[in-house]
Amino acid sequence: MIYYRDLLLVLLSKEFKVRYKSTFMGYAWSVLHPLMLAMIFSVFFRMFMRVPDYTLYLIAGLFPWQWIANTCTGATGYFLGNAGLIKKVRFHRSMLVLSSVFNDSIHFVCSLPVVLGFVWYYERTPQWSWLWLVPALIAVQAVMLVGVGLAIATCNLFFRDLERLTSLVVQMLFYLTPIVYQPDMLPPSYHWVLYANPFANLILCWHGVFYGGGVELLHLAAAAGWAIVLAAVGAGIYRAKVWRFAEIV
Amino acid sequence: MSREVAIRLQGVSKRYYLGTPVGDGLKHLLLHLPSQIKAIRQRKPFDALVDISFDVHRGECLSLIGRNGAGKSTTLGMIAGVLKPSAGTLETHGRISPLLELGAGFNQQLTGRENIMLNGVMLGLTRREVRERTAEIIAFSELEDFIDAPLRTYSSGMIVRLGFSVAVHLDPDILLVDEVLAVGDARFRQKCLERMKQFRSRGTTMVFVSHDVGTVAKISDRVAFLESGRLVEIGDPAKAIEAYQGRLRAA
Repeated sequence: MIYYRDLLLVLLSKEFKVRYKSTFMGYAWSVLHPLMLAMIFSVFFRMFMRVPDYTLYLIAGLFPWQWIANTCTGATGYFLGNAGLIKKVRFHRSMLVLSSVFNDSIHFVCSLPVVLGFVWYYERTPQWSWLWLVPALIAVQAVMLVGVGLAIATCNLFFRDLERLTSLVVQMLFYLTPIVYQPDMLPPSYHWVLYANPFANLILCWHGVFYGGGVELLHLAAAAGWAIVLAAVGAGIYRAKVWRFAEIV
Repeated sequence: MSREVAIRLQGVSKRYYLGTPVGDGLKHLLLHLPSQIKAIRQRKPFDALVDISFDVHRGECLSLIGRNGAGKSTTLGMIAGVLKPSAGTLETHGRISPLLELGAGFNQQLTGRENIMLNGVMLGLTRREVRERTAEIIAFSELEDFIDAPLRTYSSGMIVRLGFSVAVHLDPDILLVDEVLAVGDARFRQKCLERMKQFRSRGTTMVFVSHDVGTVAKISDRVAFLESGRLVEIGDPAKAIEAYQGRLRAA
């Protein structure tokens, strides 16, 4: 048990150090990227989006989305980028995924003060319920992304050009998720899309917290349900293929 | 021999399918679906190892020799537990420390010291255990002056030294050595051989892969000669090396 904790910690600190050493902006990027996106969308879409406090709405969705996008696109390299280890050393390869998702979640948590700055600027009052809602949403999102990460990282060993496909799908999902628009702008006959998209429910919950209006239990339940399904699928794919990693990497 | 068995292979075979079906990428697979499916059906199996059985006893040093592609590294990979036999059974007893290939498992951005921690934990120690050994590892590698510099500034010989130092300080029960000693300079190589002799006197089991028959003859108790995935000869070092060299001359 202590060993697994240590393995996780060492991988985590490696990721952290490498990221800080290779780009001196390190953490700043994880904040700047969604900020820039929010600025662009708020300038161009303000005219036809009749959303009050549109910038806050964007911020509340874009920051969690940044975490989703980071993990999904990074996942293609979780195993491929550690070929040397996988070929030679026996260790729990899923730790590579866990540590990366954990690392991305830390970046997300570190970017939360920026979100809270906007919340304060738009004169929203922080709620006591955030104290459990925010950690709960982070946990749901992390479980979801561990599943997705396991699946992508495993499949990318077998289909090497999944990388491009992944970034394309992430790009598409972005527009299928109510981040730049509100769900009620969709015609009712399209609402099933929101439930079919695992990330949409999650983003709706984040909106409920930081944009206001509260979290609907239905959305939270749907997000948690999706998280369990995705984690199970990811773990299934990983377990079915883990023995072939060293042959194929 | 009545000593305890450290590694036992029984009828172990490893079959690979040549050419991963989707190695050319998803696009290629989809665009050439009919021909690709045919290709997958007609994939030729390649037998990297066929029906290998041998025991390695505790404290013994077994060397694997053979030409490139004979199955030496596949055998080592299975003992290390990263490859699974297609048939047969394989059991190992005790902590295994594989000596990594040049720089594999190390991170170029991290310093030597950080890599010791990373590598030590990856190879199965807890952080506290690595910390206790760090000073000794650094001393053995003779890299004191460079230990806090990033690994990308190291020469390949220095990386091998660091890798060897970490691996031998894990107190493994089984040490797997795959052809790494060829890179260090003569003096460090000598030091490594000394260390490996020490290991033997301490009862560490070793499996050694090398093309350097001189070293093999010097350190092994037994030698296994593999050819095309088959075990041709196992036993007395001189005899197995003789068989190997005879085969080389014939080729």
